[in-house]
Amino acid sequence: MDNLTLVAMSSIVTAGLTIGIGAIGPALGEGRALAQALSALAQQPDEANNITRTLFVGLALVESTGIYCLVISLILLFANPYWNYFIKLGGG
Amino acid sequence: MKLTPDQISYWHWGSIDINATLVFTWLVMATIAVVASSISRKLSSSTDLSDGQNLLEAIVEMVSQQIREVAQQPAEPFLPFVGTLFLFIAVSNVLAIVPGYYPPTASLYTTSALATCVFFAVPIYGIWQQGIGGYFKHYLEPTPLMLPFNIISDFSRTLALAVRLFGNMLSGQLIVGLLISLTPLFFPIVMQAFGLLTGLIQAYIFAILAIVYIASGMEISDREER
Repeated sequence: MDNLTLVAMSSIVTAGLTIGIGAIGPALGEGRALAQALSALAQQPDEANNITRTLFVGLALVESTGIYCLVISLILLFANPYWNYFIKLGGG
Repeated sequence: MKLTPDQISYWHWGSIDINATLVFTWLVMATIAVVASSISRKLSSSTDLSDGQNLLEAIVEMVSQQIREVAQQPAEPFLPFVGTLFLFIAVSNVLAIVPGYYPPTASLYTTSALATCVFFAVPIYGIWQQGIGGYFKHYLEPTPLMLPFNIISDFSRTLALAVRLFGNMLSGQLIVGLLISLTPLFFPIVMQAFGLLTGLIQAYIFAILAIVYIASGMEISDREER
């Protein structure tokens, strides 16, 4: 197993793991937030505008953690810095 | 595989590269400008409105009402900036259903530019509201020890703003692109419709977060007085 294969393998595996594990946290958090917002809506339908807006802002903030994971895995797959270095090294 | 519209090049001359992001950004800007100016040529203050004026009034009213509710102050100072952000992002995301169109917001350059505008708008509005000293004092709250973290938070929230829009639009494009190669005809349409929803929600969130950041940069001295 030469360096190039090692870099490719580890990049792909890590990208998959990053997305997989990185989706768990935001999903749990957003699910909880949504459940709370729904019960709040059921209790106070008059406050629908306020609750919905706050829910969206909160979801956006929670979601950014998941998006960081997406960005990391995209970098690993499509813009991997080590990739070019090892190709240059191997004269490929 | 085309990841972002930056990789589609239409015209190349020396170091100048006209790519899809640039073209479609200008297209969206031209669309907004032409529609807005053609409608606002013949505004009427009577009760019989043209359809276009009715639409624009509804949009402006909706945006300013949201700003009023979030910022807890009159919407006029923010309306041009935040409304433009919302309209540009919303139009460029909604046009994604047109075949052959790549949303410019699926490029990290576009979203970074928009987030940079917000990044500079916060101190500008803050200084306009409470002076240079008053604005920069909040970096030392609650204790001067928090100064580096306050500065880091300014940058990281800007990064999150840019990457959130980019990631959402890009993943929408990627999902549709993959599905078209796997199951053509029906299922991609469903995902396109879902992408419309995502795009509008992202535009809304971007605008709302811009207002939240600007308002939090302006209201610091008020909070001290309370």
